[in-house]
Amino acid sequence: MSEPVDLAIIGAGPAGLAAAATAVELGLKTVVLDEQTEPGGQIYRAIESVTAKRSDHLDILGSDYAAGLELAQGFRASGAHYLPQRTVWQIDEERNVFASGPNGVEVIAAKRVLVAVGAMERPVPVPGWELPGVMTCGAVQNMLKGSSLVPEGRVMVVGLGPLLLLIAQQLARAGADVAAVLETAPLGNYAAAMTRLPQALMAPGYIAKGRAILAELRDRGVALRRGVADVRLTGDDRVREIEYRWRGRSRREPVDMALLHQGVVPNANLGMSLRIDHTWDAMQRCFTPNVDDWGNTSTEGILAAGDCSGIGGALVAEWRGRLAALDVARQLESIGAEERDNRAQPVRRDRDRHMLVRPFLDTLYKPRHDSLAPPDADTMVCRCEEVRAGEIRQLTTEQNCPGPNQMKTFVRCGMGPCQGRLCGLTVVELMAECRGVDVSEIGYYRIRPPVKPVTVGELATLEEIDAG
Amino acid sequence: MFKQLPDDNAELVTVIIEEQSVKVPSDYSVAAAVLANWTGPSRTTPVSGAPRGPYCMMGACFDCLMEIDGVPNQQACMIPVAEGMSIRRQDGARGVEI
Repeated sequence: MSEPVDLAIIGAGPAGLAAAATAVELGLKTVVLDEQTEPGGQIYRAIESVTAKRSDHLDILGSDYAAGLELAQGFRASGAHYLPQRTVWQIDEERNVFASGPNGVEVIAAKRVLVAVGAMERPVPVPGWELPGVMTCGAVQNMLKGSSLVPEGRVMVVGLGPLLLLIAQQLARAGADVAAVLETAPLGNYAAAMTRLPQALMAPGYIAKGRAILAELRDRGVALRRGVADVRLTGDDRVREIEYRWRGRSRREPVDMALLHQGVVPNANLGMSLRIDHTWDAMQRCFTPNVDDWGNTSTEGILAAGDCSGIGGALVAEWRGRLAALDVARQLESIGAEERDNRAQPVRRDRDRHMLVRPFLDTLYKPRHDSLAPPDADTMVCRCEEVRAGEIRQLTTEQNCPGPNQMKTFVRCGMGPCQGRLCGLTVVELMAECRGVDVSEIGYYRIRPPVKPVTVGELATLEEIDAG
Repeated sequence: MFKQLPDDNAELVTVIIEEQSVKVPSDYSVAAAVLANWTGPSRTTPVSGAPRGPYCMMGACFDCLMEIDGVPNQQACMIPVAEGMSIRRQDGARGVEI
């Protein structure tokens, strides 16, 4: 195996790109592995192509998206070794990074590893969410950025969170037929969030942007229905109708597509496979890795930055990436502690100022309990193995199934190809509810490598790599 | 299920989705090509045979598994299209070749 690089970064979103540029500037030999074909992560997906080939679409996507180009350019100019289309499926205790890609399996040894794998959308277990034509808001935004595709027919945007409103705005600009935005935040959230508003206003831009989106939706005639509950999707080989309760009445409407969103959570599988300690966040309803101010985790030599280390948004991710790179440079004695601290000072100030908006957003967009633990027994929880909410409840209360790992052996939930990404949080919420305990007492699936499926054929090539 | 915004600069490639030749921009993923030329579910599940389509478009959910150039269970949202590519629905579990 070849000489270890100083820093291997997993993920080319804002955290990874900023970390790479900073690390190279400080003299670290840096490699970035990413699953996509272009830098940007999900938030700035295809930013180079869109800017170069279809810049008129930047008007649809907005200036926050367009701003990602500078980050991508800075990364390209840094000369960091960039390995696109690589799926990292294991990092071992010696910090060998195993990845599959166009050249088969590659193994990269690293002195330090920065996990910058971002966020994923929280699972949205409502009846019918597994039907074709039901997608996440983020999925449809990816199609708009990466392929200039917009949903056809009557579209319903359902759930809560900043992205819910943003995608409705972008789709309306792109000419899609957005029938309505059905917001599922409990109306009580609005009053609770007001006490956090003064602090949120100290974070630059966020509240004003939210207001501008709401105003534009109004101008474009997109209905926003607040306090929606009991969402149910029905259809045959694709979704046909949506049912929901609003203002005390049940409603039923035809739809061609339903776009769901209940906020984002850290993309935790890779970090969990590295035995990083995680803590249950009772407000954001997710597990977050324990990191220090620089992103160091409980596992030696492994750092985490960006939304995978706790949701902060794209700009905060960038600054967390820079801070992680600064401390890696200090650890590898490329710079001293004083220089690290001097360089970090303005970055920390920006980060802390922008984090001021989070308590407001977390309170306003805290999901309803029944969005997290579906009340209907037939609601699909594990999409891969087709395990429904009623089975999880029944095994917890009647069979005394003690935890999510035992639940796997009962019904295989979390054992399909997605490895629990789409069911894990729902299973632990359901079990906690049945037992009347906090989710922190239930825990989570034990995540083991490979964290993405890998073929026996790919594993067989590892011997040659060892010999080489 | 999806329609293309006007894009005069798009380079096109031809892919074959379930025997049908279609032209799509070369920077599409397989899942994007399928969603823009929707004829029915892109897979059926191994457990109950239920219809599914792409859901997350970022490699997390594995609901977009398809048979691509003869290789089963490929994540259609993660693989770019290529000239002449054959794309087929993934029916249930992949078989074992002996």
